[in-house]
Amino acid sequence: MRNLIAFIRKYSFFFLFLGVEALAFYLILKNNHFQGSSFLNSTNKVAGGIYTRYSNLAEYVNLKEVNDALSDENRLLRENQLGSFERVFGENIIVKDTIYKRKYLYTKAKVINNSTHRQNNYLTLSIGSNNGVENGMGVIGPSGVVGVVKNVSANYASVVSVLHRESKISVKLKKSDYFGSMQWDGEDYRMIGLKDIPNHVLLNEGDTVVTSGYSSIFPEGLATAVIKTFEVPEGENFYKIQMQLLNDFRQLTYVYVVKNNTSTEVKKIESGRESNDD
Amino acid sequence: MIKSFVTYPLQFIVFVLLQVLILNNVQLGGTVNPYLYILFILWLPIELNKTLVMGIAFVLGISIDVFTDTMGMHASACVFLAFARPYLLNILAPRDGYELNVPPTVGGLGWFWFLRYATIGVFLHHSFLFFVEVFRFSEFFDTLGRVLASSIFSIVLIFLAQVFSSNAEDRR
Repeated sequence: MRNLIAFIRKYSFFFLFLGVEALAFYLILKNNHFQGSSFLNSTNKVAGGIYTRYSNLAEYVNLKEVNDALSDENRLLRENQLGSFERVFGENIIVKDTIYKRKYLYTKAKVINNSTHRQNNYLTLSIGSNNGVENGMGVIGPSGVVGVVKNVSANYASVVSVLHRESKISVKLKKSDYFGSMQWDGEDYRMIGLKDIPNHVLLNEGDTVVTSGYSSIFPEGLATAVIKTFEVPEGENFYKIQMQLLNDFRQLTYVYVVKNNTSTEVKKIESGRESNDD
Repeated sequence: MIKSFVTYPLQFIVFVLLQVLILNNVQLGGTVNPYLYILFILWLPIELNKTLVMGIAFVLGISIDVFTDTMGMHASACVFLAFARPYLLNILAPRDGYELNVPPTVGGLGWFWFLRYATIGVFLHHSFLFFVEVFRFSEFFDTLGRVLASSIFSIVLIFLAQVFSSNAEDRR
């Protein structure tokens, strides 16, 4: 026993190091695997406040690009408005009925912190649970998917970016409806990989890839990326595809948080299905 | 001595804000990011209790982590640097040992000493940080390449910071 105590005292600095390091790794693992409103992230008052002030200062720098993106988006929305269409033939009457109900609601948010250079990137938004943001909601930018909300405080939300090696988004080819999953390899913030597309599908460079809507986080058919390169590795049944993201993640300033009004219902029925299988 | 109770906390805040607000937005070629803030650990007095240094390093790392949503990653790398620092100082010690109250800076121990001290320190910290970040050894050389690129960038910045601070000291 005395020897043991002597041993520990002799190497006390090393044991201290192991102890503190274990604490740090506990925090890493906790952060990786659990969603929840833990205090130690950029959604807390101090970090969020500093980022808000700084982004208020810095937003003038890329005001021009942001305005361009917003007016582009406005143009697209105007194009899709009913007034821009002409009736092709006949004197049809529009009947308002209850066939459609609202499924997705959008809340605008400002990006107050963003990174693209790490292996696992996160964004911080200027809105939080006071504005109705909840864990697991989708975030989209001017052109396509941005990420999924992971932590929410009263006034800030932290978002797991698409540029995160563990983040998988269900997408499909616009042309042929084949679906696969989009996942980042940690290299170039403009490029992203696409997996699970079988090798008999015809692909072209420049094909548009849109969200599949299966995850019920993002609305279906949101253009997110275009195919840049594709190949079938020797002896495999699936393509290896690299796509270019339509959003410029270095320029993101305004994004929208997507609320799915039906998501609780979908989740309920899906969790019921799993428990029946067991 | 009283003065350091003011200057060190102040320096701490400046390093953290400089890192999270400015340097984290500066990337060479889109991927290479510098980490200047560890200069705070490198600059701590040589004779400061090493347990205390480890505690300070942990708090510094957590502060960076809070801002970048990488809970624990920078903390673990900083703690590793704090653990290695006494051994590093031992290896680099002059033949007669360190004089009392000489700071581990260019002004205190010269360019050549500081060059070796900072380079090894930065490399140790960055290796730990980047390998913890990917959490796998399967892309060893990819990760090592990013460690080297970032290390060079950080070391250059640390030298610039050192030049500015020693100029400021001279003028005083």
